[in-house]
Amino acid sequence: MDRLTTNQRALLLSFIILIAGLLLWEAAIPAQKAASELTEYERLTGGGAPKAGVPPPSQVLQKAWEQLSNPFYDAGPNDKGIGIQVAWSLYRVLSGYFLAALIAIPVGFLIGMSPVAHKALNPFIQVLRPISPLAWMPLALFIIQDSNASAVFVIFICSIWPMLINTAFGVAGVRQDWVNVARTHELGSFRTALTVILPAAAPTIITGMRISIGIAWLVIVAAEMLVGGTGIGYYVWNEWNNLDLTSVIFSILVIGVVGMALDAAFGMLQRAVAYAE
Amino acid sequence: MAHSFLSIENLTQRFTTGKSEELTVFEDVTFGIEKGEFVCILGHSGCGKSTIMNILAGLAEPTSGGVVMDGKEVSGPSLDRGVVFQNYSLMPWLSALKNVTFGVAARHPDWSKAQVVEHSTKFLAMVGLEGDAIHRKPSQLSGGMRQRVSIARAFANHPKLLLLDEPFGALDALTRGTIQDELLKIWGGTEQTVFMITHDVDEAILLADRILLMTNGPYARVAESVEITIPRPRKREEIIEHPHYYAIRNHLIHFLATRSRELAGQKVEEGFNKPQTVRFDGRQVAAGTEAAEIGAAEIGAAENGADEAAENPKLRAVNE
Repeated sequence: MDRLTTNQRALLLSFIILIAGLLLWEAAIPAQKAASELTEYERLTGGGAPKAGVPPPSQVLQKAWEQLSNPFYDAGPNDKGIGIQVAWSLYRVLSGYFLAALIAIPVGFLIGMSPVAHKALNPFIQVLRPISPLAWMPLALFIIQDSNASAVFVIFICSIWPMLINTAFGVAGVRQDWVNVARTHELGSFRTALTVILPAAAPTIITGMRISIGIAWLVIVAAEMLVGGTGIGYYVWNEWNNLDLTSVIFSILVIGVVGMALDAAFGMLQRAVAYAE
Repeated sequence: MAHSFLSIENLTQRFTTGKSEELTVFEDVTFGIEKGEFVCILGHSGCGKSTIMNILAGLAEPTSGGVVMDGKEVSGPSLDRGVVFQNYSLMPWLSALKNVTFGVAARHPDWSKAQVVEHSTKFLAMVGLEGDAIHRKPSQLSGGMRQRVSIARAFANHPKLLLLDEPFGALDALTRGTIQDELLKIWGGTEQTVFMITHDVDEAILLADRILLMTNGPYARVAESVEITIPRPRKREEIIEHPHYYAIRNHLIHFLATRSRELAGQKVEEGFNKPQTVRFDGRQVAAGTEAAEIGAAEIGAAENGADEAAENPKLRAVNE
């Protein structure tokens, strides 16, 4: 046992926790009593009718297999494959997110490089930042008059702040020595920003982008529950309305896995731009 | 010689501290550096050496006074003035070679990529960095190797003036010795004008043609300009045998230990703010630690070197 590496031991422990969790889940579901065991009174008060319960893991696994073997089927507005729903959510998240990056990173640069811009814009950021992104939804629906675009807007507004603040922080924290090296080499401000400040602040900027994508993925589920139509959030709510708890649990797991994949992608990006001083 | 290659004229730096209080770091600092000269500046922390260097680099603005290089007023940083910073200031996300090509490409925008790489590799080799090491990131290099890269970056650009801000301050004594030798070697081949800040008396004697001595701040000034009359090429183990070595060394240490404090804050008469030239010649072999002996050395300088007298209004005044 003690000859296993740390990784092997961790893997083993993870596996034990998984099995224990699944067993607990399976065991926690109350068994339906057979009709013959019921008293007459219980039968008269409807005790014999099947109770709706949380599905056991075995059913969820079966559902997952079913769904994942045909992820892109489209059988009408209320019956689409999980792949199509995830694709819609990703499309909304990524479009809102990249619009946010397009604005947050240049404005973050401006705030980081200019103390005046920082002081002028800071009050707005501090007021707008704590607003729950969903609070914008009614206003967005009224102004944009399109549910899909409103969802994209909500993603935009929630992912802009961490990117903006981290970019500004990273840019402001670039060592003056490196900027001085750029100055003594007569680099213009645009080339300094591109060849010195951007790589120097990149780890902080990517950290902000990683936080943002995490928040965006959290928010899309709630946003899609509101706007409806397509997407993983809508799928969860639709299956709840169908009282298909197996699908609800399955989609919850899918949300987790996709979120993990998004985070891992930014983790890789973060490692690519990291540098040791 | 009316104007030196680089002339620093009546440089004054004041900072406001708190409520309208002013701190004068130095006042009316005036000196000159000739083309191809290697000049070191010695002085205690806080006397404004680094500020003078930043002004020469164009990274800082003096409160008053100015710097003229090669007939042109210095304003703002320029590729003509290369800087080696104390903490190397290499870009940690670039390899050693890329750090040098960064500078070379900025200097020669018209060069091809191959040309830039070739030129950079040549200068890295001059400071002893070859092969695999040039593709490493600064974090994978030792402090000495990092400073070598920084020196290669500065020399590769052939600036008219090279500014070294305590380049060996963070290195251990052995590494420092090797890099000093490398610096002498690369400098000998290029005839570069160098202005260097140091805290190390032996380093200054080994490297410099002239050592400028600064008094303590506030109101610091460059009080003396000590000529190092030890012939080149110099080797650290040989220069200590030279009859002038200990005279110069003791003079410098005496200045740093006591006179930099005694002379501090003395207001110099208008027009006499240039440093006094001190030169140790054949007659001055004993350790010149006493003030009287230093006086003798100065007078000797005035009598022997008419050119210095011409340069230095105070000595000229003494002669007249």
